[in-house]
Amino acid sequence: MYAFSYHNPKTVRQAATLLSKNAEGKVLAGGQTLLPTMKQRLASPSALIDLGHAEGLSGIEQKGRNIVIGAMTRHVDVATSAIVKNAIPGLAALAEGIGDAAVRNRGTIGGSIANNDPAADYPSAALALGATIVTNKRKIAADDFFQGMFATALEEGEIIVKVSFPIPSKAAYEKFPNPASRYALVGVFVAKKGSDVRVAVTGAGSNGVFRSKECEAALAGRFNAKSLEGVKVSASGLNADMHATSEYRAHLIPVMAKRAVTKALGK
Amino acid sequence: MASVTMTVNGKQVTANVDPRTLLAQFLRDNLHLTGTHVGCDTSQCGACVVHVDGRAIKSCTTLALSCDGASVTTIEGIGTPDNLHPMQAAFRENHGLQCGFCTPGMIMSAIDIVNRKGHALDEHTIREELEGNICRCTGYHNIVKAVAQGAAAMK
Repeated sequence: MYAFSYHNPKTVRQAATLLSKNAEGKVLAGGQTLLPTMKQRLASPSALIDLGHAEGLSGIEQKGRNIVIGAMTRHVDVATSAIVKNAIPGLAALAEGIGDAAVRNRGTIGGSIANNDPAADYPSAALALGATIVTNKRKIAADDFFQGMFATALEEGEIIVKVSFPIPSKAAYEKFPNPASRYALVGVFVAKKGSDVRVAVTGAGSNGVFRSKECEAALAGRFNAKSLEGVKVSASGLNADMHATSEYRAHLIPVMAKRAVTKALGK
Repeated sequence: MASVTMTVNGKQVTANVDPRTLLAQFLRDNLHLTGTHVGCDTSQCGACVVHVDGRAIKSCTTLALSCDGASVTTIEGIGTPDNLHPMQAAFRENHGLQCGFCTPGMIMSAIDIVNRKGHALDEHTIREELEGNICRCTGYHNIVKAVAQGAAAMK
């Protein structure tokens, strides 16, 4: 790891000031991606602004028809939250499947969403559920937030404060994990709210999380696994690497979508 | 250098550290608590697992400075050679270790599983929950047995 200066702000406002003063600085949330990246010298921020002691960034509450999760809320707390399990069980199950137990005890939802790793789990939930990402400056719709691999709408000095998920009528997540890394080779989050069906795919796209128009069109009529039979997803723009070809990933998308729909329907 | 204060195994410690210092390095190099191991240094293997404020975390993937004000428990803090923690005793009885390198992390993770999931753990749960702890000797069978027995004994 290269040297950096460490800052431990007590408020988001202080954190934002520090961030604007340190152009090459980075925000440290749970550190489960950033610290390994720094150890490999793939990232060398001049400063780390640790949100671990900043007030008001953790916690889960239901506000009307939304579940609002603080940015520094750990994966384990989302996975075990009675509020999340009751309102969006698919989201709790997704959190339960991130990394391993020790990583879930430390990693945060805000960190995952801000990082927008192309194989991360949370971006698919945010996109499929039509979440709103609330920063210290503004509210950003998930549709506008994720802008490609590791790229988001976050501007300089902007920090995620919380994420608000509208409660769907049905939702579930299914992933096909890489057998070694356990990252999503393909992960599909399906959500139905009224007549609106959204299907978000992680792990597969060479430009990060995206919505599968093919699966959404198939499910618009009837929200059941049968509707996805015979659906073909184009392999263009999908990842190809030593773990899977783009054609295999394309094949997996409707397969995982089918499993997710079945799960969402409680079958 | 920056100052950090934390409670480790019940004792308050304060030190000046380079901000880059990982919790694992702080425990091993500053406090000479070498029971916490560093296996992979890439957050895969779990040999470095300790408890921070009651939760199992990978100390090779946490800055010491992030633990300012926290309460840390390491393998040295849970039992003594004459009075083993029930989970340590279960690993010994079930031959849940061979070389022993992964054992401190296994035991700290196992106690965390019990804290989260209770004392009656089935094999499937234990295997899923130990996903982040790698052992290259035992083939896991005896570790799974040990965790189940230790969990019951912690009641």
